[in-house]
Amino acid sequence: MIVGQIKEGIVLDHIKAGRGMKLYDVLKLGELDCSVAVIVNAESEKMGKKDIIKISGLIDIDFNILGFVDPGVTVNIIKDSKVVKREKIALPEKITGLLKCKNPRCITTVEQELQHVFKLCDEDNKVYRCIYCETKADLESIE
Amino acid sequence: MRSVIDIMDLSLEEIDGLLNTAEDIIANPKKYADACRGKKLATLFFEPSTRTRLSFEAAMYELGGNVIGFSEASSSSSAKGESISDTARTISCYADIIAMRHPKEGAPYVASLKATVPVINAGDGGHNHPTQTLADLLTIKREKGRFDSLTIGLCGDLKFGRTVHSLISAMSRYSNVRFVMISPDELKIPDYVKQNVLIPKGIEYKEVKSLEEAMPELDILYMTRVQKERFFNEADYIRLKDTYILTPEKLSGAKDDLCIMHPLPRVNEISVAVDDDKRACYFKQVLNGKYMRMALILKLLEVEV
Ligand SMILES: [Zn+2]
Repeated sequence: MIVGQIKEGIVLDHIKAGRGMKLYDVLKLGELDCSVAVIVNAESEKMGKKDIIKISGLIDIDFNILGFVDPGVTVNIIKDSKVVKREKIALPEKITGLLKCKNPRCITTVEQELQHVFKLCDEDNKVYRCIYCETKADLESIE
Repeated sequence: MRSVIDIMDLSLEEIDGLLNTAEDIIANPKKYADACRGKKLATLFFEPSTRTRLSFEAAMYELGGNVIGFSEASSSSSAKGESISDTARTISCYADIIAMRHPKEGAPYVASLKATVPVINAGDGGHNHPTQTLADLLTIKREKGRFDSLTIGLCGDLKFGRTVHSLISAMSRYSNVRFVMISPDELKIPDYVKQNVLIPKGIEYKEVKSLEEAMPELDILYMTRVQKERFFNEADYIRLKDTYILTPEKLSGAKDDLCIMHPLPRVNEISVAVDDDKRACYFKQVLNGKYMRMALILKLLEVEV
């Protein structure tokens, strides 16, 4: 399957198979004016199967949320049909305002003005915890 | 500004210092009687917990200080919608140190971010209760004379019991400590306690169902309440509740120097007949709680005696 080359834009490569649509949602790619292609279950030598997202426009990507959903993603910046920059994502130390604490007993449920902040507590297992109540964040915590 | 929200906010050296201060207070109470003269403790209790509040207040009075505060949200400004941050800033203008209890997890931490005086977490929902753990540690030190090479039995509700989780974290920092977790399947220790504390530190533990079978190897038995509302059905509760009630009969196989602890209040999980046993330490634990709160107030106020 071939999805047309893009002249200028961003290619998110090496997305864990099955995470592509989740990334499409959380990065709010559906709200963009430019065209976006989500390729699922592409063949990959390294990963077996992978997802790819191609965005035909140089938009600002929230690297924090990207790192939280899938830290294995490679971000390719395309200009004049060439890859001009390739970046690996690192796990952010802190995620502010993107995840919502789901613990009904957390102080954030009653203090509306408090920012929801999650801290990386376990790098190997990619565990983020609410700085107030220490509840673990998961994909459903994304606002 | 130094606050204590979680027992892990304190290093082992700091805990040692607090234990030494508490033991010095016990030995020389007069020496400390004026240590906090002119200082005020604010007890901000957004949910009632009379025993914890009285322990903090008694601690401050015994240091020669004064106490202001409120109990229950209805009598405070939070009922009118004031934020924790604003309350913390306001109270910082009146008091030298704050002890806060709140039903929501993380509230004392939020207060500590904005307060200009030290904040002590006096319990936030099912989350942290560091001064209870300090009381537990002083009790272990005074009864056993050491923190290493101990087999600690934890019995009852190990799933929701925050005092148990904090005690595991605190004791896991000492060497050669073993845990025997005694509970029904429904109330076993949560996985995150194993994954965050026990497994990374390579601590020996086992999970069993019978209190009597575990008894002979225990140096410490920490009892907790098994609450009816934690069970899915009444039949399970009735079937299990007596299993985790400590009676003189169940103590028959115990060591002579066993130390029986309980964070109190108890309902019926320790039979009153056990109270006269010399191994029952739970009322000493209450007293130790007051001494450790005194030591903590002194430390956070940076008072030298
Ligand atoms: Zn939270």
